[in-house]
Amino acid sequence: MQIFHRSTNTLSRATIYGAIFVVAALFWAAAEIQRSPYVTYAGVRRPQPVPFSHQHHVAGLGIDCRYCHTSVETSSFAGIPPTKTCMNCHAQIWTNAALLEPVRESYKSGKSLVWTRVNDLPDFAYFNHSIHINKGVGCNTCHGPVDRMPLMYNQASLQMEWCLECHRAPEKHLRPRDQVFNMRYEEPSESKPVEVDGKPYTDQVSLGTDLVKKYKLRTVTDITSCSTCHR
Amino acid sequence: MLFTAFVALAGCRQDMHDQPRFKPFARSDFYTDLRSARPPVEGTVARGQLREDSYLYTGKLGNDPGDYLPFPVTEELLARGQQRYDIYCAPCHSRVGDGNGVIVARGFPRKPPSYHIERLRQAPLGYFFDVITNGYGSMTDYATQIAPRDRWAIVAYIRALQLSQAATSADVPAGQKVPSDPPQFEELGSGATPPVVETKPARHSAQEEPK
Repeated sequence: MQIFHRSTNTLSRATIYGAIFVVAALFWAAAEIQRSPYVTYAGVRRPQPVPFSHQHHVAGLGIDCRYCHTSVETSSFAGIPPTKTCMNCHAQIWTNAALLEPVRESYKSGKSLVWTRVNDLPDFAYFNHSIHINKGVGCNTCHGPVDRMPLMYNQASLQMEWCLECHRAPEKHLRPRDQVFNMRYEEPSESKPVEVDGKPYTDQVSLGTDLVKKYKLRTVTDITSCSTCHR
Repeated sequence: MLFTAFVALAGCRQDMHDQPRFKPFARSDFYTDLRSARPPVEGTVARGQLREDSYLYTGKLGNDPGDYLPFPVTEELLARGQQRYDIYCAPCHSRVGDGNGVIVARGFPRKPPSYHIERLRQAPLGYFFDVITNGYGSMTDYATQIAPRDRWAIVAYIRALQLSQAATSADVPAGQKVPSDPPQFEELGSGATPPVVETKPARHSAQEEPK
């Protein structure tokens, strides 16, 4: 007696080959989820004790990054300002604003404001701000347009493939040191050349290649070796 | 297959990702103030931070402010001073030092004085250093934000600003010419207020045109 219909033959063949695609699709989905903001939090505005606006303070008022993040040029950690830095100005302006009540409370009581870390690298990765700043990596190269962020979020995935993208070809991202803190810096172009030591550059790669030499970057082999970041 | 995947994923943990160590300024539940960053024991002197030269750190000789820089003034130092001034001082004092900074314009009850008033033009250099270090009036201290050497660089730059605002064509070295006429302001050093519009034809037409 024939239990299975004739079409089952085709179906069984299709299933065997189809399994390859099913497994491939699963792997693809896993990789996509791993890179998605669900895992990386990229673009996610996390709750903070005070809805501090970088857009207002940076673009609106023109305050330099280093006014608050004082140790970024000399330390591995950029520095989160103490409440006193807020009060340098807010003891004078917006002194009754309800939004700033946690700041005043923190200043009075001496208790720290508990901010949520936004750009949080995994603990097995060693990272140092000062070396990147001093070799010509702009703030917004990694942090994105902070001057257009009313609420802070991490622009990059902060995953290893993202780090390596630059470590494998630093010349594609470097800029002159005096432009590192310029949030509106534009890469050199035909219409807007960037001048370094009197020489105008019209494309990023030739500028970057010269800056790699000028700032004495280690070789790509060095900066892509495991122990550079995993110490 | 799903079962295998489930078993495999159950092995995934974040222990390497979240190691039992503190990142800078991380919260600690061990200490009552919840800070993992601990202040050094009082009286601690870190290597290289012994403050032997008291003038370098206070700007004072005895109780009075001194009127010299503890190290030579170079062009690099002034450039550094300008950069640091623009970061930390310009928000209130404005880039030309007239006290019309952008933050002040947002509603300070009292604006900071212009550097170009007689009292501050006569003030010794150590006075400015002391104000940066300890604050003055409603200005808080900037000791934690600006390192001592940078404070001196700023002091040097403030003096340069003062000199520049009161400079005359006689201060220009012989053989050099001023690229353009400086704008005329209603009040000395008021870079934040728009310059007075010249109604007369070019101001230097009466003078001899340098050839």
